[in-house]
Amino acid sequence: MRKPPPSFCSNILTIMPNLDFDAEALYKILAQRVKTGLAHVENVALVGIYSGGAWLAERLADELQLKDRLGFIDVSFYRDDYAEKGLHAEVKPTRIPFDVDGATVVLVDDVLYTGRTTRAAINELFDYGRPARIMLAALVDRGGRELPIAADFVADTVSLPNDRQLVLQRADDGRLSLTVDHA
Amino acid sequence: MLNPQLNKNGELQHLLTIEGLPKAVVTHILDTASSFVGVSDRDVKKVPLMRGKSVFNLFFENSTRTRTTFEIAAKRLSADVINLNIAASSTSKGESLLDTIDNLAAMHADMFVVRHAQSGAPYLIARHLIDSGQQHVHVVNAGDGRHAHPTQGLLDMYTIRHYKKDFTNLIVAVVGDILHSRVARSDIHGLTTLGVPEVRAVGPRTLLPEGLEQMGVRVCTSMEEGLKGADVVIMLRLQNERMSGALLPSAQEFFKSYGLTPERLALAKPDAIVMHPGPMNRGVEIDSAVADGAQAVILPQVTFGIAVRMAVMSILSGSAKVF
Repeated sequence: MRKPPPSFCSNILTIMPNLDFDAEALYKILAQRVKTGLAHVENVALVGIYSGGAWLAERLADELQLKDRLGFIDVSFYRDDYAEKGLHAEVKPTRIPFDVDGATVVLVDDVLYTGRTTRAAINELFDYGRPARIMLAALVDRGGRELPIAADFVADTVSLPNDRQLVLQRADDGRLSLTVDHA
Repeated sequence: MLNPQLNKNGELQHLLTIEGLPKAVVTHILDTASSFVGVSDRDVKKVPLMRGKSVFNLFFENSTRTRTTFEIAAKRLSADVINLNIAASSTSKGESLLDTIDNLAAMHADMFVVRHAQSGAPYLIARHLIDSGQQHVHVVNAGDGRHAHPTQGLLDMYTIRHYKKDFTNLIVAVVGDILHSRVARSDIHGLTTLGVPEVRAVGPRTLLPEGLEQMGVRVCTSMEEGLKGADVVIMLRLQNERMSGALLPSAQEFFKSYGLTPERLALAKPDAIVMHPGPMNRGVEIDSAVADGAQAVILPQVTFGIAVRMAVMSILSGSAKVF
């Protein structure tokens, strides 16, 4: 069997930056930043965006003692690509078990990319009431924004080409891992 | 065989009947519906999925209830809904069914919800849209003759799943006027598709159509046999308006032999649920004590029906335009 020429291998390595993510370490950084940032804010609630953001929000709620102020959003009914892509295969029910009116709602997502998911989540949230303020926490900001949206709390910022995607996964024991896949 | 309900990708393009639908498609509709249930509990009972789409309710046969549930479902998806009272309009002036369809399609309809007394009318419309290059317009069967009422069948499946969780260990009895009932046919196809091991059709011989055994159904002519050990009892309305000839001595006679009374319901499992597609004839097929009793889930069926119709419409409307 012929080996690929060495120049080919080294090319790949130079194109792809070092993308070894330690999701657990990133989570700790994010949790610390959210905790500090919300220290003097009242009437706080957390809303995780399915699926990765929901796992993060669950943990944050534990840590910040906000378990009764925790909700989840599936943005499928508010996406802007429904006309092209149709409905997601697995839509999960949105659950907002607290009063949105007057609350400071922290949206939690795993990866901030185009900003379109955040836009959809904000729209959905407003159909539950009028929050005093909406903030955004994301594990990683990978650039590539298509809307004027920025995170209030983020653990890491990287630049990734369009043909890659960052995927957060949760093992059976709850441990998080973050990998780079081909989109 | 090509299923005219599915596009090339195997996605649901039209909903005409549950018969022949892959189990995965049925399950997808039920799963999606469960996410829509919460929308109706909110202050803002709307999601923007079908904003800018036009849904035409074409009811060639009267049914205020079903038409209203489709209208609510479409409006909660932000679609514009146009109700056509066909009986009082163009067809009475002599226009053919397909000419009516072409006219409405020329007004940029995106979806037709069709109720018709003739079995197969929604299929004819879907076929015509496909053949005339208007595949982007979707058709939902809201009940055709004795053939099918797929959204009612799906909402019944949703209700059963909600209360019983698993289909694969259930005994389900469908009771009453099965001969005239499109609901019964859709329920039977739904139940067998989802793996219910025992589906019973219960009624007098004169109201049981032929061929039930071939559909995988156990035929029972007595309530005692039909209800024994059942987990789910689906009562059907006695369709007096469709009866011709001497199928039954009288409604009172029917109640005496096949009406669901508390005593008869006691033959089913203690946690059995009682369903009815409505409108109910109290004292004909069901006793008031049962209809208002703790085991009845007739009103939850109505609530779930909205979510199931929202799921069907949004899945159709979002299906890929590949033909």
